[in-house]
Amino acid sequence: MAPETSTQIHNIGYRSYDGPRLGRAYARKSLFSQSLRGAYGLGRSAKSKVLPMLLFAVMCVPALIIVAVAIAVPGSTDLPIKYTTYALTTQVVIGLYLASQAPQSVSRDLRFKTVPLYFSRPIERVDYVVAKYAAMASAMFILTATPLLIMWIGALLAKFDFVDQTKGFGQGLVSVLLLSLLFSGIGLVMAALTPRRGFGVAAIIAVLLIPYGAVTAVQGIAYSTGNAGSIDWLGLFSPITLIDGVQTAFLGATSAFPGGEGPSAGIGFVYLLVALGLIAGSYAALMARYRKAGL
Amino acid sequence: MTVIATESLSKRYPRVTALDRLSLDIGPGVTGLVGANGAGKSTLIKILLGLSPATEGSAAVLGLDVHTHGSAIRERVGYMPEHDCLPPDVSATEFVVHMARMSGLPPTAARERTADTLRHVGLYEERYRPIGGYSTGMKQRVKLAQALVHDPQLVLLDEPTNGLDPVGRDEMLGLIRRVYTDFGISVLVTSHLLGELERTCDHVVVVDGGKLLRSSSTSDFTQTTATLAVEVTDSDAHPDGTAALRKALTEAGLTLHAGEEQGLPGAGHILLVEATGESTYDTIRDTVADLGVGLVRMEQRRHHIAEVFRDNDQPAYTAQQKGAGSDGA
Repeated sequence: MAPETSTQIHNIGYRSYDGPRLGRAYARKSLFSQSLRGAYGLGRSAKSKVLPMLLFAVMCVPALIIVAVAIAVPGSTDLPIKYTTYALTTQVVIGLYLASQAPQSVSRDLRFKTVPLYFSRPIERVDYVVAKYAAMASAMFILTATPLLIMWIGALLAKFDFVDQTKGFGQGLVSVLLLSLLFSGIGLVMAALTPRRGFGVAAIIAVLLIPYGAVTAVQGIAYSTGNAGSIDWLGLFSPITLIDGVQTAFLGATSAFPGGEGPSAGIGFVYLLVALGLIAGSYAALMARYRKAGL
Repeated sequence: MTVIATESLSKRYPRVTALDRLSLDIGPGVTGLVGANGAGKSTLIKILLGLSPATEGSAAVLGLDVHTHGSAIRERVGYMPEHDCLPPDVSATEFVVHMARMSGLPPTAARERTADTLRHVGLYEERYRPIGGYSTGMKQRVKLAQALVHDPQLVLLDEPTNGLDPVGRDEMLGLIRRVYTDFGISVLVTSHLLGELERTCDHVVVVDGGKLLRSSSTSDFTQTTATLAVEVTDSDAHPDGTAALRKALTEAGLTLHAGEEQGLPGAGHILLVEATGESTYDTIRDTVADLGVGLVRMEQRRHHIAEVFRDNDQPAYTAQQKGAGSDGA
């Protein structure tokens, strides 16, 4: 087996490994960090860094502009837009990011049949699903929370009211955390259903945008026909309006629904239940998916 | 010490019985698991890794029960799947480091072990290039490396020679042999080709339809009689040296087998002589010298396991053996 090339200087024989074996929890943590880094192209080819980094920059630039305006305009006492509004305004960027990175995270393992290699190691199905889900949600949270952090720091530099700003920032963080969990769940389930990356991308964009378009259109009709009561219920049927409803009801956000009313606390509770149900459902669907994809 | 032990292990799916009361007792060394496609080899591996519960019976790997200690078993066992399992866009080094960490190795150890293991399976500079550009033989080596990187006590290799050309097969089989002799790691290797395993394995287990057909050591199969392969050159006096030697050896009272070496280079020029003792070697040497032809080779050939099964009335396996050269799927 030893190569015949003259460049071979020495061939120390096989060395066995007596060091520590850190087991399941460590493997799960490693998979999490590898997937999280991978969601921004770190540890991957230069080409795969372009899109996530570009989208990350696109997410941050408006926040920087907002901050610049807030500091430059004399006499302003608050940021031009609310923390909770930011994710709603940039939902297309968030959707594109999810559509590009969720398939990257799970479809590759399915397509190249790497999944059995994971499951022939100490980790179990639940570890794989939890690590992938947590990594995707964390990547989404970094994407959506960083602009809020920029806005908050900018607001403090502009000497806006600290308590007010911090409260708004906190509400924004809770909102984007929920959004990250919900969107990641939906995105991963879509991506895990097909080993083909292209289908995954298309499916995620479709699931995020088509219901949003439909819901907004029907809400608009309901509003113009004076059927305002149904607007709140219609919002339950698309991911982004779901987040809108929850944060309007509980996090002091201004709703983007027609009329700007948004659901009351009672209906808001239904919104929250549906959102949490979808997150739990996504997790269950992923678990079921990998029961089959096992070995 | 027992590496793998199963006790009337059964696995039934709604419509098919994959394993039918299989009892095995496999010790250290290289063990071949032979069976036709669908004989239950992959099902057995899944159960041994603790990934699929047995319908009845029990199994233990390295003394650990598969039902209760699946995770602990998988930490000490390596697995090389039959199918492709490598992402094309990362390098072998990156991939194997990741897999080492998935096996629980700390980051520094994972990198060191990866470099060592890739060198041992014969991947050098190319290990920094994306796997997508590798040949099938190189991919098989990466698959083997990821199964060995955490220095397991046992590796389960599912059809490791699949898709390889004859040279690649020989290299892979030699590598598998070294996994035990040099690395001290026991091996369970599956194949549907009996002929491959005689060179590599200490022990062969044959399963069919989920049942144990035969389990014995390779030496039991092949040591009963030795066969010598003799090849000679032609000379002016004997334009067909092989034919002349055959005649002379028969006259000298030696038993010659019909040549069954189809597909190997120079197959028609190799005589298979039954060796009855030390004197056979002398007789051949003297006969060759008397004829004045050149002796190209005289080497010991073990019987093919397939011949043993042919004696035991297993026509199905001889058919597979004959298909060995062309069947790569």
